[in-house]
Amino acid sequence: MNETAPVQSQGFYTEDMTISVGPQHPSTHGVLRFVVKTDGEVISEAIPDVGYLHRSIEKIGEKVTWHGYVPYTDRADYLAAMFANQVFCMAAEKLAGTEVTRRGEFCRIIACELNRIASHLISVGTFGQDIGAMTPFVHALRERETINNLMEEICGARLTYNYIRIGGVGYDILPETCARIIAFLDHFEPIVDEFNRLLSNNKIFIERLAGVAVVTKEEALSYNLVGPNLRGSGIKWDIRRDIPYSIYPELEFEVPVGTGRVGTLGDSYDRYWVRIRELQESCKILRQCLKMLPTGPAIAKVPRKFKPPVGECYVRVEAPRGDMGFYVVSDGSEYPYRVRIRTGSFTAMSIIDKLSKGIMLADLIALIGSLDVDAPEIDR
Amino acid sequence: MQTGGPRADLDRFGAVPRATPRQSDLMIVAGTLTYKMAKRTKLLYDQMPDPKYVISMGSCSNCGGLFQLAYSVCKGVDKIVPVDVYVPGCPPRPEALTEGLLRIQDKMMRERWLVRPSRLEGDGAEA
Amino acid sequence: MEAKEIYLKLEKQFPDKVGNFKGEVPEPYCLVSPEAIVETSRFLRDDASLKFEVLSDLTALDWPKEEKIQVVYHLYSYSNKCQFVLKVDLPRDNPKVPTLEGVWKVANWFEREVFDLFGVIFEGHADLRRIMLPEDWVGHPLRKDYVEQEEYDGISTQRAPLVEKLLR
Repeated sequence: MNETAPVQSQGFYTEDMTISVGPQHPSTHGVLRFVVKTDGEVISEAIPDVGYLHRSIEKIGEKVTWHGYVPYTDRADYLAAMFANQVFCMAAEKLAGTEVTRRGEFCRIIACELNRIASHLISVGTFGQDIGAMTPFVHALRERETINNLMEEICGARLTYNYIRIGGVGYDILPETCARIIAFLDHFEPIVDEFNRLLSNNKIFIERLAGVAVVTKEEALSYNLVGPNLRGSGIKWDIRRDIPYSIYPELEFEVPVGTGRVGTLGDSYDRYWVRIRELQESCKILRQCLKMLPTGPAIAKVPRKFKPPVGECYVRVEAPRGDMGFYVVSDGSEYPYRVRIRTGSFTAMSIIDKLSKGIMLADLIALIGSLDVDAPEIDR
Repeated sequence: MQTGGPRADLDRFGAVPRATPRQSDLMIVAGTLTYKMAKRTKLLYDQMPDPKYVISMGSCSNCGGLFQLAYSVCKGVDKIVPVDVYVPGCPPRPEALTEGLLRIQDKMMRERWLVRPSRLEGDGAEA
Repeated sequence: MEAKEIYLKLEKQFPDKVGNFKGEVPEPYCLVSPEAIVETSRFLRDDASLKFEVLSDLTALDWPKEEKIQVVYHLYSYSNKCQFVLKVDLPRDNPKVPTLEGVWKVANWFEREVFDLFGVIFEGHADLRRIMLPEDWVGHPLRKDYVEQEEYDGISTQRAPLVEKLLR
């Protein structure tokens, strides 16, 4: 900001520009809008404006039955649809005391970790595209295409799955699909190294991101950042490890944490690097699950008119964008009384205003990409 | 997004994504249209120069999709802008979008030059 | 840490302001009176043995039969791995509660959303305006007695006739 002071003293008339970034823009995070006040390239204030994709999913929860709400949870974040399915079903099961079959649990985790890989691929690929690297996006999409085919074999849909149902999963996973998943993992693990050569160790990429938009530990806690954003700031918290659910206690995996690998701890590169490492950890989890897959029914017997007793519960799951929590209140009827979806992207948006003071406009785009926000999760 | 990817590739049919509506011929409305976004969509449509075409992609923009019970979703983008091709699906497969694009190209080929019916009067905001 | 111990510590610190502890449910909660919510949360955050660093969620429930709107705060402690829920009961026709923005900065956005969808006014909030819906929207949709308006901005909200039977 020091460069502007001499200019003003020479008698030029300068004023701040107010630019509206969005809601339609070529970056791929969905319909988000920022009202940005800049002084040349340097931002003085960036106020997010959300709500362009508010589909009132929470209100619809009060009008459809418990079983019928599962497709709507898919659309809460369509890039990580399995996780929202799983949380809602876990909440309904916790209220009613239903037990999920063991094979159903394994099928859930296999589907979820595949979805985590797909979501992180999109996040990393579009991040590269926002920075300006067009090629890794196409590589990431190519891998995701294989995952979409696998998901289509498992449950019939490429994107909005409606696979995890109350009591288990909708369809069983066949042995041929398991063989194809293992073939995909054998093919995919070297691809992550190729990605690292293309993007992560690229000098220009590192210089764009190192030290940009640092989030300290206290800020991360006060603004309730979750998921890779929180771990990028150095706090080792992963719901799969710390509040374990399903069969995660039996699986071995590490929780990657940002270490200030290039630049400061908690900068954009750390958050990106946590996601790359999580891709590798998900591959490990998938291999273990496929080896341990038991036989048995895939779904427990659940009544058609599902009526859990009166009560409320709050369940969380480690989704790719953070901890997704469902707060479900039941009044004993076959329609939920209130469904509340709390997503990681919503709180990540709230920190953008604070972090964007004094950075440049191109860094704002890098910041939004590194926080991995996406519009359907924010607005629901 | 996957349609722009390597397998079902929009670029080989001659469709290049542009950053601004003022340089484009085709607007693809993908995803759910809310009332808050509806005004901006109309603004974007008005910013495009003639001749312009609109593809409505996905069941949410065709007719409101599965969000019929929602209070904030506009039940179809054709309440706001005139649509040429509707691509069904939730979400549509990349191949479906490619077919939608080819149908727009067919429609453009069959149109008579200089006589283009004005579609804005009597067609706009009513259901 | 057990929820009962947390509640006993809270009750010792703020004797008349907290009450109605329910511990046998999946999510133990206690009721807090509206004036005391800021000091209670600050105590829960700063106390060395409790250490609730994070406000996980701030939402509201509408109970039209009991004529109240209940604002629900989910607090979580990463160090002690436990959750605690605070609830505040507000009268339905004039719901007002002080803001928690000074304690956790994330409350800013959560409270804007609750204001938008329920109509609860948070006193002391820096910027209380609608977040999800357009600025000129009428009504607070997540209330149970919300009636949709006929048209917005010239676009009618009429649906295909098959669906109208389902609207509850």
